[in-house]
Amino acid sequence: MKGRVIEMDLLKQISDFLQQGDDGKVFDLTKQAIEENIAPKDILDLGLIAGMNVIGEQFRKHEIFLPDVLLAARAMYSGMDQLKPLLIKEGIPSAGKVVIGTVKGDLHDIGKNLVGIMLRGAGFEVIDLGKGVFAEQFVETAVKEQAKVIGMSALLTTTTPLMKNVTDLLRENGLNNQIKTIIGGAPVSKEFAQEIGADAYAYDAAKAVECVKQLIDLA
Amino acid sequence: MEPLLDRLSNGEIIVADGAIGTILIQNGLKPGDCPESFNLDKPDILKEIAKLYLDSEAEIIQTNTFGASPMKLSSYGLEEKTEEINQKAVSIVKRVVNGNAYISGSCGPTGGILQPYGDVEPDEIFQGFKRQIKALIIAGVDVICIETMISLQEATLAVQASKAVSPKTPVIATMTFDKTTKGYYTIMGVNVKEAAAGLEEAGADIIGSNCGNGIENMVEIALEFKKVTSFPLIIRSNAGQPEIKNGQLFYPEKPEFFAEKIPDLIDAGVAIIGGCCGTNPEYIRAIKKTVELYKK
Repeated sequence: MKGRVIEMDLLKQISDFLQQGDDGKVFDLTKQAIEENIAPKDILDLGLIAGMNVIGEQFRKHEIFLPDVLLAARAMYSGMDQLKPLLIKEGIPSAGKVVIGTVKGDLHDIGKNLVGIMLRGAGFEVIDLGKGVFAEQFVETAVKEQAKVIGMSALLTTTTPLMKNVTDLLRENGLNNQIKTIIGGAPVSKEFAQEIGADAYAYDAAKAVECVKQLIDLA
Repeated sequence: MEPLLDRLSNGEIIVADGAIGTILIQNGLKPGDCPESFNLDKPDILKEIAKLYLDSEAEIIQTNTFGASPMKLSSYGLEEKTEEINQKAVSIVKRVVNGNAYISGSCGPTGGILQPYGDVEPDEIFQGFKRQIKALIIAGVDVICIETMISLQEATLAVQASKAVSPKTPVIATMTFDKTTKGYYTIMGVNVKEAAAGLEEAGADIIGSNCGNGIENMVEIALEFKKVTSFPLIIRSNAGQPEIKNGQLFYPEKPEFFAEKIPDLIDAGVAIIGGCCGTNPEYIRAIKKTVELYKK
C-alpha cells in the first residue's frame, strides 16, 4: 500500500511538471518511474495523459494559451519517447491510429498541431503528414498504417472544398466504413462536415479527441 | 500627399482598402497557389483590384505582399524571388494610385513559431522581415503594415526590422484577437493591453487589430485599445465569420451592417478604418460614406 502511494505521488509529479512545461523534470521522473518498475501504461495514463488532460481543459477555457500548450507538449514527448518502446514491447496497444494533416494548399498548421498534441496526449498514435497534404496521401497512409481515422484541418476558406476529395476517395474505394473522417478549422462547421460526408466535426482540439474516441469505436 | 501621420495628428479619419485574397479567389486563385505569385504572373488582376479600391475612395491601398516574407515564400520555393515579388507588388499599386493614395506594404506572419515554444530563432524572423521590408521601401511604399500577428514577439521583430531599414517610414502594426471570457486575447495569449504596450515600445506609429472578427467584436477591441493607448488606432474588420453554404464561401455581414457600426469605431478613437477577409470595394464605399456623414 505504501509503495502504491509513493508511486501515485511520482506520477502526480510527472503530471504537475508536464503542466508546468518542464521537459527536463518530466524526462527525469519518467526515467525514475521506469527504473522503479512502475507499469509503463500507468506512467502514461496517470502521469502524461493526466497532465495533458488538464492542459487541454485549461486551454479550452482560455486559462492558458498556445505557448503553454507547446511547452507542455514538449514535456509530454520527453516522457512519451521513453515509454513508447516499453509499451510496444509489452504489447500494449495505443488508443488507436490517426492520420492527420492540413489539406492541400493550406499552410496553416497551428490547429492541426494542437490536435496532434492532444491526440498523442490522450494515448493515440498519430501519423502527422504535415501541411499541404493531397487527398491520395491521406487515404494511402491510412490504408498502409491501418489507421482508423483521418483528421483534416483547413484554416483558409479556399482550401476547405478539398476535404471533400478525401471523403469521396474513401467512398469510391469502399473504405468509408473502416476509415472514418473528422474535420476541423475556423471556416468549417458541422453542416459542412455533413455536406461533404465527413463523419465528424470538432471545433477545438479537446473536442477532436472526444470525437476520435467515438469514431474509433465505430470503425 | 500630406504625410499620413500629420493627417492623423490633425484628427482626420482615413479610410483604407479591403480584402485582396478573397477577390483573388474570384479571379482564379486556386487552393495551393501562392497568392503573391500574382504579382509576377497576373499583375493586371492586382491593378484592377487596386483601381476598384481607389475608386471606392480608399486612401490607403495595400500591396499584395501579405505572405511575401522569405520564410513564407520558401514554402512555395519562391524565397529567391523575395525582392522581385515585393518590388513588383509595389510598382503595380504605384502605377494605379499615382499619388492619390498611400501605398501600404503588407507584411503578414512568417508562419514559424519562435523559441522556446517552437524552433525558430528571433534573428531569422528579424532578418527575413528586414529583407521583405527593404524591398518594399526601396520600391516606394508610404507605410509598412505588419498585420494579422498573434505573437507579440514576432510583431515586435517585424516593427523593429522596419525601423532598422527606414526609421522615418511609418509603421502600422495590428494583431488578431479572439474573444474569451476574460476579454480579447491572441491565440498566443497576448491581450490588448500587452499588445498596445509592446507595439508602442517596438516603435510602431499606428496600432490596432485586423482579421479574426466581425465588426461588432472589432468595436469592443477598439474600446479596449482606447483604454490603454493614445496612439492612432486602426481597425480592419472581417465581414463576419466565414461560413460555407452549398460549397460556396459566405461572409454574413453586409456593407450596410458594417456602415452602421462605423460611428462606434470612430467614437472609440479609431483613426484608420478598412476591411479584411470577405470585404470588397462595396464595403469600403459604405465605410467612406458613413465617415463623411459622421464628420458633418
